[in-house]
Amino acid sequence: MTEKRTPPDGFVPACPVPIPDYPRVTLAHGGGGRLMHDLIERMFVELLDNELLGQRHDGAVVPPVPGSGRIAITTDSYVVSPLFFPGGDIGSMAVYGTVNDLSMCAAHPSALTLGLILEEGLEMELLWRIVQSIAAACRRAGVVIATGDTKVVEHGSCDGIYINTAGIGTVPDGLDPPSPRRVRPGDSIVLSGDLGRHGIAVMAARQGIRFDSPVRSDLAPLNGMVSALIERGIELHCLRDLTRGGLGSALNEIATAGITLTVDEALIPISEPVRGACEILGFDPLYVANEGRFIAIVPESAAEDCVRTIGSFEDGREARVVGRAIEGRPLVTMKSMIGPERVLDMLSGEQLPRIC
Amino acid sequence: MKFVDEYRSGEAATAYAEALHDISTSDWTIMEVCGGQTHAIVRFGIDRLLPGCITLVHGPGCPVCVTPVSLIDKAIEIAASPGAVLCSFGDMLRVPGSSRDLFSARAEGGDVRTVYSPMDALDIARQEPESRVVFFAVGFETTAPVTAAAVLTARREKLLNFSLLVAHVRVPPAMEAVLSSPDNRVQGFLAAGHVCTVMGYGEYGPIASRFGVPIVVTGFEPLDILQGIHMCVLQLEKGVAGVENQYGRAVRPEGNPAARALMDRAFVTVDRAWRGLGGIPRSGLGLRPELSGFDAEEHFGKARAELDDVTAGSCLSGLVLRGAIQPADCPSFGRACTPEHPLGAPMVSSEGACAAYYRYGRNREEEHD
Repeated sequence: MTEKRTPPDGFVPACPVPIPDYPRVTLAHGGGGRLMHDLIERMFVELLDNELLGQRHDGAVVPPVPGSGRIAITTDSYVVSPLFFPGGDIGSMAVYGTVNDLSMCAAHPSALTLGLILEEGLEMELLWRIVQSIAAACRRAGVVIATGDTKVVEHGSCDGIYINTAGIGTVPDGLDPPSPRRVRPGDSIVLSGDLGRHGIAVMAARQGIRFDSPVRSDLAPLNGMVSALIERGIELHCLRDLTRGGLGSALNEIATAGITLTVDEALIPISEPVRGACEILGFDPLYVANEGRFIAIVPESAAEDCVRTIGSFEDGREARVVGRAIEGRPLVTMKSMIGPERVLDMLSGEQLPRIC
Repeated sequence: MKFVDEYRSGEAATAYAEALHDISTSDWTIMEVCGGQTHAIVRFGIDRLLPGCITLVHGPGCPVCVTPVSLIDKAIEIAASPGAVLCSFGDMLRVPGSSRDLFSARAEGGDVRTVYSPMDALDIARQEPESRVVFFAVGFETTAPVTAAAVLTARREKLLNFSLLVAHVRVPPAMEAVLSSPDNRVQGFLAAGHVCTVMGYGEYGPIASRFGVPIVVTGFEPLDILQGIHMCVLQLEKGVAGVENQYGRAVRPEGNPAARALMDRAFVTVDRAWRGLGGIPRSGLGLRPELSGFDAEEHFGKARAELDDVTAGSCLSGLVLRGAIQPADCPSFGRACTPEHPLGAPMVSSEGACAAYYRYGRNREEEHD
């Protein structure tokens, strides 16, 4: 149940950028000719090669996995600014984000596609670092890039680099896929860790806000934890990763299936720097983005086992039960820090920094 | 988190609530002035801990909410002017003017930038000498000293491309306006703690005696507010009306003399229209005549002078802002008026009472019950 370790941030292997003649991406690198071929062979294949990518097709034929007849499929696009932030970068985000979406279907992620939209003028060294990060993230999550596509757009048409990844995973036979419709009154809501670190880390990097102890994104693959839960035989009624919109939005989306969910504010872990930043900026950490957190809604009898299983992972050591499902209308309520209960609604619009 | 956690203790909150149940014998209506306090009350459910005889009503202390439509229209006009950069706090951007908001002005090509401080706007003026940089100076006495520092710095550095569209307002005249209103029901005030960190509370004594209302300078955490209410109710039950300071860890009687001196060097008291409340004498701050070169209204033309009223016919935000009704009593609340489609400013700003009620789900409670 141990995880693969990744090199620390900023780790740059000694090997130099393999496209020495071009310090920046040009339109010709997406033109289909020799420059594009060089880019693919010397950068992408060099770092990402595997049996599927080795087929050198625009598509890949993936062999079946015995005992897992059903396929889960997802896609997501990544447009983060800045491209590198404490705890991650757009490359690792593009891998883990899609891996996590598959994991929330209780699927074992196996292969991703990689679509890159590059802005003319993007530094080749930056692209090299991003592809290295993609390769490292794939190794950590145990997935491969099966096929890809590269486009270059004119300078000013995109913000450096946009990435799309689609992914497939296999669902073990006999496993009932988790879904909001399966949540039952009495179920426990297990949260895998503290909230808000990704949103605050990116916001701080973007705005140049500094902390005494820097906030690192919680970006991480969740498939290890979910596989462990499946192996333990824990009945997973619902799984949801907490991305944009945070815990508050995720709970509301689940509740719309026709149940009341209630959480206890005092039980929700939020780190000191994140709480401080939210207090200052006027954000509610319950709605701030995460990239490596999820909730598992499980029968009350399985809650303790669920917490222990998630807690055995480094990224899950703060896992705990934060609430439960109760009979009622589609609604989320929260017991406030000082006792009274209130509705925890969907966030309206964007969180804007407030005046005073 | 130090200085926060100890003011959010559930046990202590319960103890205060019990004490309030013990001392309250009559119906009392208390207004918290500041939008930050309103926000905390609804977020933590402080009003739900109180005995039924105590009603909290929410005051006009949301600077975004009370900024008059004429000044918002002026800001939009400035944003559309060639070479102009309109700098504003974020939550001002969605407040509807007479026909649109600053977000729309930006979408139509106006240069509108969100800043966290007037000093950020000053930096823009330094870095872009070709631009005419205007800071939309919104806020109570809390933010006015920083605006003053910015304009005085601009004068010292001869940054002639920097100017202010001043919408600063003062709290005490608004409290008097609330108390003078024919439909007033406010019997005691929780004064805005952060305003008093700057101004002190010397201005409140005359108001307390003239109108016979206790005024308690109060902080923003749940226990601050509960203690402020407790102090206020003790006075009401005794039949006295004095000024007390609950927020002693931040507020001195004289406030912050350095900040006040800065304000005095930059501003004079002027009459100002408040959105939803109308004109209030001596309730605003305007630039001193010797700083008129930094007054955006000198460069871009004066804002309309008429007294403002609320935007839409079915919006009762004027009544909400002076505590005559609660947000949920407005027929538009949560139906025609939501944060996505606000009819009035208190639904836009995160400090607005209507937005606080909406954000913390009070519009959905009937279905819960």
